[in-house]
Amino acid sequence: MDKDKIFSDDSRFKVAKKEAWIGIGLVLFNFIWWFAFAYGLGSQSPEEYTYILGFPAWFFYSCIVSLIVMSILVIIVVKYCFKEVTFEEEIDKVDEEKEKSIG
Amino acid sequence: MMNWGIVLPLIIFLFIIFIVGFWTNKHVRNSDSFLQEYFLGSRSMGGFILAMTMMATYGSASSFIGGPGIAYSTGLGWVLLAMAQLPTGYFVLTVLGKKFAIVSRQYRAITLIDFLKNRYHSEWIGILAAISIIIFLFSSIAAQWVGGARLLESLFPISYPIALTIFAFSVMIYVIIGGFRAVALTDTILGTIMFFGTLILLVAVINAGGGINNIMENLMAIDPGLVTPFGADGSLSASYVSSYWILVGIGVVGLPQIAVRAMSYKNSRSMHQAIIITTVFVGIIMLGMHLVGVFARAVHPNIAVADSVMPTITMEVLPPFFAGIVLAAPMAAIMSTVNALLIMVSSAVVKDIYLSYVNPQAQDQKVRSISYLVTAILGVIVYLMALSPPDFLIWLNLFSFGGLEAAFIWPVVLGLYWKKGNKYGAISSMIVGVTSYILFHQFYPNALGMHTVIFPILLSFLAFVAVSVITQKKELVHSI
Repeated sequence: MDKDKIFSDDSRFKVAKKEAWIGIGLVLFNFIWWFAFAYGLGSQSPEEYTYILGFPAWFFYSCIVSLIVMSILVIIVVKYCFKEVTFEEEIDKVDEEKEKSIG
Repeated sequence: MMNWGIVLPLIIFLFIIFIVGFWTNKHVRNSDSFLQEYFLGSRSMGGFILAMTMMATYGSASSFIGGPGIAYSTGLGWVLLAMAQLPTGYFVLTVLGKKFAIVSRQYRAITLIDFLKNRYHSEWIGILAAISIIIFLFSSIAAQWVGGARLLESLFPISYPIALTIFAFSVMIYVIIGGFRAVALTDTILGTIMFFGTLILLVAVINAGGGINNIMENLMAIDPGLVTPFGADGSLSASYVSSYWILVGIGVVGLPQIAVRAMSYKNSRSMHQAIIITTVFVGIIMLGMHLVGVFARAVHPNIAVADSVMPTITMEVLPPFFAGIVLAAPMAAIMSTVNALLIMVSSAVVKDIYLSYVNPQAQDQKVRSISYLVTAILGVIVYLMALSPPDFLIWLNLFSFGGLEAAFIWPVVLGLYWKKGNKYGAISSMIVGVTSYILFHQFYPNALGMHTVIFPILLSFLAFVAVSVITQKKELVHSI
């Protein structure tokens, strides 16, 4: 059996690991934002709510603004923190090019 | 009376789907590696297609019919809960991310099960995984088909068996002939329909309700609970709603039909694009459709059946042709979920059972005909079961989402990143995950006020780590 390369110190795996942690970071940030606004502003009685663009403030921040903030954050993170790496092995690459020239 | 204004867009849309199916069959016939093409689209998915197929596979009947129906009776609290789905796009693709793509190429893995078998060097994992995929996904396909047929039946003057036949066979034909590529490409069309359908309906409902201010005032008048995060009857506690972040947010990493998509992208650029597009699209669709459900309450306060909220409000606020386009959205959502599940189950049967245990030496031509045949037979069995769904199937479907998550999340994620994870850990994690999910569901549902899935996922994590660590010495001795 081939030696398993899944835990070799391939530099691409370092990139992958870092990006996985960034993903976890994003989700934690997303959750805290969502939770803090929803239950921070939404726990008072509905008669005391303030409204933004027609929506109760808790909903506006936790659901609508969070979608916008997360989208922008994801774009920034992907553009500036994520690295492009090749997914192929050197040998496979040749194979794939062959395939392309046939197809 | 059949309303042709509504029917016409649906027919046009079915027609386009068929063309795509036949067109992709060319790829299948001309491919050098049939299995790679049929079950993984030759790993050639670009960013947009990948994003759309992720979103469309994930967005199912519940996002368009069930979810808005509950939002109608619970209010903004259910929209808050639905927004726990926002991470699906970026979380799955960053966590499985590049490592899964690289490793599955190294292993030449075509299915999630290939990956697990190679990672843990264990046939037992393959068998366990194949069984859980076949059982759980089979029952969810049937449930989705029942949903699709019920929707058709409610829109047109046709009986349930006819509705089911139309629905089931239109999905089956293009999946059988086109394989994964047909699924991904039709998902792109279906996803686009879901997206624009959501936007059109949202705008129309806000209009019909006389603007958002007016809608909120009406909701306050009906029941102030509707505008709080706690639901109309105050039953949505913060811990219950938050627990959905595990079920429908990060746990989705463990769903095989989603994870397999993280094997199919062409290169890192398409993965990067997909992260962005999926996040934005999933967010807009989930927010939009569930808001439609809440707003519908102000527009039309007396809809009795939750599942008919979406179709009823659509036909009320939109002219027929547009209503047809919008009603194509839930059809699209159901079709795009079902097609992915069908090809997934088919791959488990062909690749992980037939080619692994029955006939490993099968020639390419033989593999082709077996793949078409298995996909067709599976489709027909589901169709027959969905005609009058047995209780057992409905019972199983209750577990399919959480059950698959509890079974696969740790063997996949820790398998990728934790060196010490071994086959003993993975096997116990899968068994503990599934059985504890069924036990909790039966005897202690929503334990401690959280969704049932929480403890099984926790327990399967503990099982994975504990058993891996304990058996580590044994592994070392063996390898020497």
